[in-house]
Amino acid sequence: MSRQPYVRPISKTTWYMRNGRYKIYMLREMTSFLVVFYTFLTIVALSTLAADSPAAWQNFISSQQGPGMVVFHALALLYFLFFQTFPWFKLAPKAMPVQIGEKKLPGSYIVIGHYVAWVFISAVIFWLAGAL
Amino acid sequence: MEIRQIELEVMRYDPEKDKQPWFQQYTVPCQEDWAILDALNYVKDNLDTTLAYRWSCHMMVCGSCGMMVNGEPSLTCKTFVRDLPGKVRVEPLENFPIERDLVVVLDDVMQKLHKVQPYIIRKDDPPPEGVEYTQSRGALAKFKQLTMCINCMCCYSACPQYGLDNNFIGPAALALAHRYNLDSRDQGKSQRLDILADHDGVWDCSFVGACSEVCPKHVDPAAAIQQMKIDGALEFWKQKLGFPGGES
Repeated sequence: MSRQPYVRPISKTTWYMRNGRYKIYMLREMTSFLVVFYTFLTIVALSTLAADSPAAWQNFISSQQGPGMVVFHALALLYFLFFQTFPWFKLAPKAMPVQIGEKKLPGSYIVIGHYVAWVFISAVIFWLAGAL
Repeated sequence: MEIRQIELEVMRYDPEKDKQPWFQQYTVPCQEDWAILDALNYVKDNLDTTLAYRWSCHMMVCGSCGMMVNGEPSLTCKTFVRDLPGKVRVEPLENFPIERDLVVVLDDVMQKLHKVQPYIIRKDDPPPEGVEYTQSRGALAKFKQLTMCINCMCCYSACPQYGLDNNFIGPAALALAHRYNLDSRDQGKSQRLDILADHDGVWDCSFVGACSEVCPKHVDPAAAIQQMKIDGALEFWKQKLGFPGGES
C-alpha cells in the first residue's frame, strides 16, 4: 500500500470563476483601479491649484464637466458606494469589535456610527467648499 | 416517514488504481431527516463498502466530515438532503490533496496549527505555588467565539489564497493564534507576532471572507485576521517609536 495523494490543479488565472463569492470579490478588487484614478485626479487638481493660474484651473474644471465625464463620475460614485463604502462599513464591526463589560456592542451601532461620521465629514467638506 | 430518492455523485480516487479522480453515481433512498452523511453511510452499508470517507460524531462536534457538497465546503452531518436538489455532488474538501475517495491529506494544516503556538505562554511558567491564573467572564467573552473551532477545515477549502499558495498559514490557524493573543492569561503575543506578521501570515489574507461564510460553527476567522492586522500594525509602530508594550 503506497500513498499517492492526488493534487487537484487550480488555474492561476481563472480560479475566481469557480463560484459567485469569488467573482464578487474579484469585481471589488479589479475595479479598484478607480481608486488609483481618483488619487491621480486629486494630484492633478492640487497641482493645477498650486500653479496659481485661474485659467489653468478653469480648464481643469471644464475638462470634468463634459457629458462623458459626468456619466463616468456618476458611475464611479455608484461603484464606490456599492463596492467600497457599503461593504467596508458592513465589515467594520468585524475588524473593530467593541466590548463593554461582558457584552459586545451590537455591530449595527458601529456601522451606524460610520454612516453618521460619513455624513458629518461630508457636510463639513461641503461647508468648507462653500456649497452649504 | 417519507422516502426521497437522490442521485449521489461521489468523487472516487484509489491511489493504487486511478491516475486521477472520477465520479461514481449512487441512487440513495433518503429519509426526510437525513443529512448527506447519512446518505454516504447508506452507500457504505448497502451499496459499496469500498467508499472511503471520514466521520465520527454526527453532531457537529468532531469536525471530521467536512466535504464539498455541490461545490460548497460543508459539514456533511449538518447538510440536510431536504435542503438540496435531487442530484447532489460530493467531493473531498478542495485545496487539499486527496488521499483516497473523500479523504484528504491534512498534514499541512496540522503543522500550521502547531506553528502558531496555540497554548498559553507565561513568563512565570510554572506558576508560583498556590497561584491560579484567574479570568473574568468579560475577559473570556473577548475570545470565546474563537474557541468554537472544530478543525473541520472547511475554511481552508473555501480560501482561494490558501488554494493558490499553501504557504499561507490560513484561516483556522490564524483564528486560533488570535484566540490565545486575546486571552488575558497569555503573555505570548509578541512571540507569536514573528510568525503571524511574517510573509505567510495575516498580510497574505486579501479578505475574500469566504472562510467565515462557510464556517459551520460561526467562528469568523476573517474577522480574527483583520483584527490581527490592526494589532500587528499597532505593534510595529509601538516598537518603531520605542513605546513600551508588546504583550497583552
